[in-house]
Amino acid sequence: MSTVTDRHATTSASTADAALSVRHLWKIFGKGADSIIGTPDAELSRAELKEKTGCVVGVKDVSFEVAPGEVFVVMGLSGSGKSTLVRCLTRLIEPTAGEIVIEGDDVTRASQSQLRELRRNHASMVFQHFGLLPHRQVIDNVAYGLEIRGVPKKERRAKAAEVVELVGLTGYEHSYPDQLSGGMQQRVGLARALAGDPSLLLFDEPFSALDPLIRRDMQNEVIRLHHELGKTMVFITHDLAEALKLGDRILIMRDGAIVQVGTPDEIIGAPADDYVRDFTSEVPRSHVLTLKWVMHEPNGDALEGPVLQADQIVKDAARIVLDHQGPCRVMEGDKLVGVVDDEDILRVVVAEEEVKP
Amino acid sequence: MTTAVATPPQPAAVEPPPAPPEPRTLPRWAWALVVVGVWIVVWSFTKGQDTLALGAREHTDLHNEFTEFRDAVLASRDTNPIIQFTYQLGSWFTSAVEWLQRMISIPDFPRPVPQIGWIGVTAVATWVGLAVAGWRIAVLVALSFFSFGLFGYWSDSIDLLIVTFVAVSVAILVGMPLAVLLGTTNRAGASVINTVLDIFQTMPTFVYLLPIVLFFGIGASAAVVCTLIYALPPLIRIAGHGIRSVSGMTIEATDSAGQTSWQRLRKVQLPMARKTIVVGVNQTIMAALSMATIAAYVDGPGLGGPVLSALSKNDVGGAFVPGMLIVVMAVMLDRSTTAASEASEKAARGRIDLRKRRIVLAAAAVPVVVALWASRTYTDLAEFPENDLGSSIADGVNRFVDWFIDVFGGVTEWFKDLITYGLLNPMQDLLAESPWYVSAAGILALAFVFGGLRALVPAVICVYGIWFFDLWHDAMITLNMTLVGTVLVMVLALIFGVLMARSRYVDLLLRPVLDAGQTIPPFVYLIPILALFGPSRFTAILAGVIYAAPVAIKLVADGVGGVSSTTVEASRSTGATTWQEITKVQLPMARGSLVLAANQGLLYMLSMAVIGGLVGAGALGYDIVLGFSRSEEWGKGACAGITIVLIGIMIDRVARAAADKESVTHDPTRRPWWRSAMG
Amino acid sequence: MRNTRNRWRRGTRAVAAVACLALATACGGGSIDEETQANEEQAGAAGGECGDLNMAVNPWVGYEASAYVVGEVAREQLGCTVNYKDLKEDVSWQGFGTGEVDVVIEDWGHPDLEKKFVAEKGGDGSATDFGENGNVGIIGWYVPGWLAEEHPDILDYNNLNEYASEFETSESGGKGQFLGSDPSYVQFDEAIIDNLGLDFKVVFSGGEAATITAFEQAQETKDWLIGYFWEPQYIHAEVPMEQVELPPYEDGCQDDPAKVACDYPETPLKKFVSTEWAESDSTAVGLVQNFEWTNDDQNQVAAYITSDKMSPEDAAAKWISDNQDVVDGWLQ
Repeated sequence: MSTVTDRHATTSASTADAALSVRHLWKIFGKGADSIIGTPDAELSRAELKEKTGCVVGVKDVSFEVAPGEVFVVMGLSGSGKSTLVRCLTRLIEPTAGEIVIEGDDVTRASQSQLRELRRNHASMVFQHFGLLPHRQVIDNVAYGLEIRGVPKKERRAKAAEVVELVGLTGYEHSYPDQLSGGMQQRVGLARALAGDPSLLLFDEPFSALDPLIRRDMQNEVIRLHHELGKTMVFITHDLAEALKLGDRILIMRDGAIVQVGTPDEIIGAPADDYVRDFTSEVPRSHVLTLKWVMHEPNGDALEGPVLQADQIVKDAARIVLDHQGPCRVMEGDKLVGVVDDEDILRVVVAEEEVKP
Repeated sequence: MTTAVATPPQPAAVEPPPAPPEPRTLPRWAWALVVVGVWIVVWSFTKGQDTLALGAREHTDLHNEFTEFRDAVLASRDTNPIIQFTYQLGSWFTSAVEWLQRMISIPDFPRPVPQIGWIGVTAVATWVGLAVAGWRIAVLVALSFFSFGLFGYWSDSIDLLIVTFVAVSVAILVGMPLAVLLGTTNRAGASVINTVLDIFQTMPTFVYLLPIVLFFGIGASAAVVCTLIYALPPLIRIAGHGIRSVSGMTIEATDSAGQTSWQRLRKVQLPMARKTIVVGVNQTIMAALSMATIAAYVDGPGLGGPVLSALSKNDVGGAFVPGMLIVVMAVMLDRSTTAASEASEKAARGRIDLRKRRIVLAAAAVPVVVALWASRTYTDLAEFPENDLGSSIADGVNRFVDWFIDVFGGVTEWFKDLITYGLLNPMQDLLAESPWYVSAAGILALAFVFGGLRALVPAVICVYGIWFFDLWHDAMITLNMTLVGTVLVMVLALIFGVLMARSRYVDLLLRPVLDAGQTIPPFVYLIPILALFGPSRFTAILAGVIYAAPVAIKLVADGVGGVSSTTVEASRSTGATTWQEITKVQLPMARGSLVLAANQGLLYMLSMAVIGGLVGAGALGYDIVLGFSRSEEWGKGACAGITIVLIGIMIDRVARAAADKESVTHDPTRRPWWRSAMG
Repeated sequence: MRNTRNRWRRGTRAVAAVACLALATACGGGSIDEETQANEEQAGAAGGECGDLNMAVNPWVGYEASAYVVGEVAREQLGCTVNYKDLKEDVSWQGFGTGEVDVVIEDWGHPDLEKKFVAEKGGDGSATDFGENGNVGIIGWYVPGWLAEEHPDILDYNNLNEYASEFETSESGGKGQFLGSDPSYVQFDEAIIDNLGLDFKVVFSGGEAATITAFEQAQETKDWLIGYFWEPQYIHAEVPMEQVELPPYEDGCQDDPAKVACDYPETPLKKFVSTEWAESDSTAVGLVQNFEWTNDDQNQVAAYITSDKMSPEDAAAKWISDNQDVVDGWLQ
């Protein structure tokens, strides 16, 4: 546990230079929602609160920060409040209480025009069901954000054409959304979000509606774009594999509240509770865990053989360890932090085999 | 929808499977039977007491107050600023209509003919049809215009077209902002607007015909205004609905790009609701045409005039020909607007070669110009040459009707007696001959049984209103006729609707007949029915059924046809018979459409109450005709009109509440917008 | 016959014209310009002494006959521009004040409207009484001809109760049905039935068309029917009807609507006009003031319209040419 908190402290950005900072955010649906926060009722479980007041908690006292350039994944099952959370960030849903700061600007206090300015220039969103305009061609869908900013037609079409090329839709500029496949439609959605050159990209389960192969393509596309453009991203998903694949850090939500925040290996290696353990149980641990999570103290082992880094993934290190007779050293930089032997590796890999049907 | 805020639904994941309906001691129909049973027992002891019956020429103080109010307004017409204003408005309408008339339908003195003669008008209209909707529509337009002249009603047809054009233009001008309001306001606002629209749609036209004359004068202006009032609600309702049902996801997605609400309206909501808005305009045009005969009562120009004047001579054939031309015009306008909307969408999507089209249109413009020139030069091309076709068709129809009545007169009597003695009279005894408080209690109890508290509240308000306007007894008789008529309409709707949904040929065969039934003025078939069944309630019900059945049949056919084919296939795979397939799969799954069909059938039946008053059905319809015919009875007529509105709203609200109460299925499109946001 | 041939000729001309058009050659033919010029000259010559005449046309054929005869005389012989306006009575009267209606040529008695619009009766003065038009309205209880023939005693109201059960219908609730008529008309039948102790119930047909159809059918199929009817009415020429004798009308016997127990009076039909128009110098004012003809005259024109299916204009023109001497009397 201690490792988790340590790691958390080092990786999370401090408020001052965070791209996005959320503090004590609440969203309660229903009449009289305002009056619930701060009373003992707020501590009730979701079902109890609904029973008592008729209100439903969407987001319950959530706080986190996202560093510039980070890919921050919010994960949860349906109904966990993750989509509500992402909508609160640009106030597509009005939060009930709390504070949201994007690049130093307090979103919760913004006026309508300041809010529009934020949505136009700083934060764009990609939606699960694309939300494209069926009566416009791809190019004009992409240019929509620029159009409502008042960018002249020629200029915005030129800009949109660039983005269309960036997401690999060249040749489809003049198609209509209903002429494209789901994956291509979502590329349009992505392009629309990128066209305004925002610093923050919000994704609301963007690939859930796509079939698995296309989904994998699109995930790789996001990774590529992140490398090329370095945007800060907040990514909502219910798919753990997707979360692990994309996320620098993952926030797990349940019934509107945070269960755990951490890097992928922290989530797998040290699940915060049975809930997290339960649904991470089927993840191939060797694909996620780093050596740090499987090594043991070098008490008396011979310190020879290959040198491995602590943040190396188990799967990648397995061949070297198994080929070598005896333990291998695990270093963090130049410092020896532990050793890893065949048994450490097999424990992870065999455990996986047992879980698999 | 109502419960969206009050009881937010559980997220899907933790949602338990839909709970079985609450265990109840008795099903609803059994409760209803209990209510009726008690009612009958009470009735048998109290019948004939306190029925609040009012003689044909009796009226109460309340009715007199209405009449006096009207008289006061009439007396002040030279000084009243509102009337001065509306008169000004009316004179604008009149001059617009008259200018158009002189252009294309009546002689523009000193010319012996209009500025543009028939061949020019036909050519231009055909060209417009070609330009907006393609060659098929162009042919349809050309044939329609030609038929106007060929059957001898060129001027009247064009006049009707002009009045419709002016009224619909104004309707769009006034209606679209209101539709936007309806489409974007909150739920409370929407329900207020909807109630006002309900009132306008159920209020019999005869009631506001006299006030319109008072405020707008006689002739074209009155015709435009009464058409406008009748045609406006469908546009507001349908277009508003279209704007409201634009995908919430798209709105959210574009909102997230930082659009203003004006940008949202102009760039997202209106374009995405375009198809529905076109349907609204289309329905508005149809409504406008169905006012043609009514407008003729105030000297409105158009085809209604010859229909009415033939009616006053009992000349069925003479009314049939202009009546059919109204149908021709309706079909032409309906198909053209629909096709134009499709074509413009195609064009916008670049599926039409614009250059080629421009060349075709330019080429087609040459004969149009020649036709224009010719229609200004040659008398026979300016004024449609007279011929005997129209009158010989009229004669033929008259002979056919005479033959039909000769053969079937008397034979049909048993059917009338069956319905009258078997259904109409017993129900009327119960409704109208019970003391008013017993009937009121019975109606309210039934409303509660069927629709719960949501039905009871409007029912209480409406029953109180009906009592208040002093026409209780007549209201009960009209209510009874409406209910019996609706039963007949639904029987027809189920039979023909299912047939149409199951067989494409039946559908192809029946649809034009239904279109005609919906748009032909009821006055045309009134006389033959009268000859067969005499002046009676049954005649009125039959006329109402002919008017209301097409809508209900279409709704049922569309509903049954819309049942997912996979479900039907699944049921077939279990070895269901055709009968089982219809009764256990198609009809239950089309329940929404059936309820809507019954609801529309009821309202259409109710709107025929006035026509019923003209053929011996008495009751509220007679009161309204009386109010229109004799100025001292206007107050009573107005009260009867309001009572009809109250009956309509009551039936509608109870039916809707009953349908909602029964429905357990969750329509995903009806989920509150934020629910999908909860992931 | 001449008419038909003429139509055919015009039809052929149209075909020829369309053919010309197709060939895009210049052809001669009826010139619109010539007619326009002629119209202009005529308008100049007539001097516009008459101007517009707005003639209300109430919805029954008898009225139509009177209105078109007066209208056609005004148009053909005085050069008026006649506008026929199809209106119900109430609406027509409202039009007097606004200049939309100048003449109501046949009024069956509307005391309430007179009270509102005629100055002498306390109204706003927009309408003026122009006297009787010569027609006499007879209102009464009628039975179809076959019934009168087979049961002549039915024509006395004292014998009606004997036959009451024969008149029963689905609408009459166990009593004999008495068919009331269009709500516009003066009707005391409910009171008469009550006060004469008759075993009948009034069922309102609701409209003239319904009443006429009912009598036609009754005669055709020998159905039992008794109802409210009136003269002049063109249908008398086609369907025989007999009037049932009620206690004769005496002055004052219809003053209290609830106590009426006598027959309807004969009503001299009247002309009402717009006061403003009456005071104008239109030459048609004299024509309307002098217009007077008989029930037979009106029935004749009505029969042209209904039985011979002539247009009202043609029917009026035919009667005018046959009766120019009468017309000359109106024009003096």
